[in-house]
Amino acid sequence: MFNFFKPKRSAASAKERLQLVLIHDRTDLTPAELNALKDDLLDVISRHVDIEPDEVRIGLERDGRSQRLVADIPLRSIARRRGG
Amino acid sequence: MGAQVVTITSGKGGVGKTTAVANLAVALAADGARVVCIDGDIGLRNLDVVMGLENRIVYDVVDVIEGRCRLRQAMIRDKRLPELYLIPAAQTRDKSAVTPSDMIRLCKELRSEVDWVLIDSPAGIERGFKNSIAAADRVLVITNPEVSAVRDADRVIGILEAEEKGTPSLIINRLNPVMVKQHDMLSAEDVLDLLAIKLIGVVPEDEGVIVGTNRGNPVALEPKSRAGQAFRNIAKRMGGENVPFMDLEAGNGLWARLSKLGRK
Repeated sequence: MFNFFKPKRSAASAKERLQLVLIHDRTDLTPAELNALKDDLLDVISRHVDIEPDEVRIGLERDGRSQRLVADIPLRSIARRRGG
Repeated sequence: MGAQVVTITSGKGGVGKTTAVANLAVALAADGARVVCIDGDIGLRNLDVVMGLENRIVYDVVDVIEGRCRLRQAMIRDKRLPELYLIPAAQTRDKSAVTPSDMIRLCKELRSEVDWVLIDSPAGIERGFKNSIAAADRVLVITNPEVSAVRDADRVIGILEAEEKGTPSLIINRLNPVMVKQHDMLSAEDVLDLLAIKLIGVVPEDEGVIVGTNRGNPVALEPKSRAGQAFRNIAKRMGGENVPFMDLEAGNGLWARLSKLGRK
């Protein structure tokens, strides 16, 4: 009954918050710096290919004790480019 | 063969470094090993009281380093175990009285005398911490299942890797199985997933640890203590034995049953 009003158990919040904090601690990248990096990357890439800016996903992921920058950048197809 | 030098560190203060050193030292010595522990927290001496040896101190680690006494004179023999010794921290000096090369020289001299040298690192990541890890063959990082302690442990692990001290092993201290079961405390698996290093032991929260500290009797000497058993297991794993992890599942003990009733 009371469960309807219960917030998420605190261990899950602790883990989620730590996951984010540790990525930024380990890379020494603030969320703002990461955004600036994304903008720069997109600028460079769009000089060479047409991309879908709204569908771009760039983020840091953990892999054991190392971090990787993972980018998923969908390219606009030629057909759509001609049509649009 | 010479001794292994093992440093216990944590980044954050108050997670149980000194308690762990005292308990691992008595556990190793009770198994017949020759053990010296060094209090690396210059100016904030504590390992002596946790081990119950505060009344026997004449010389300290800085006296040895500065040549005011011989090494043997600063090694206080434990009152229970004949092959366990403590080299206390200086209380009236600060961290700048010791350098990393002093610690390397001191441990080099100890290596031929004993089987284990355990170093109790101060909290933080500055001079005292650097001194404490300088001579270590192996580092154990201790943490609690709690956001601030885990975050600081991660920083320390990163520094140890950058200093090429190898990847340390992890002790998770003061885990409360009842809270884990209620999903109100990070589980050992959560902490391991976050820190991504090898686990060497999980010590349950145990009021007996405070009682033991009050008396200067580490719980590893008490056969029935759960925390004591966990520390004894870690000591065995340090020696290379393959000891299964304790079942900390909350649900068997009287305490677990009582606290479940309380929640209904």
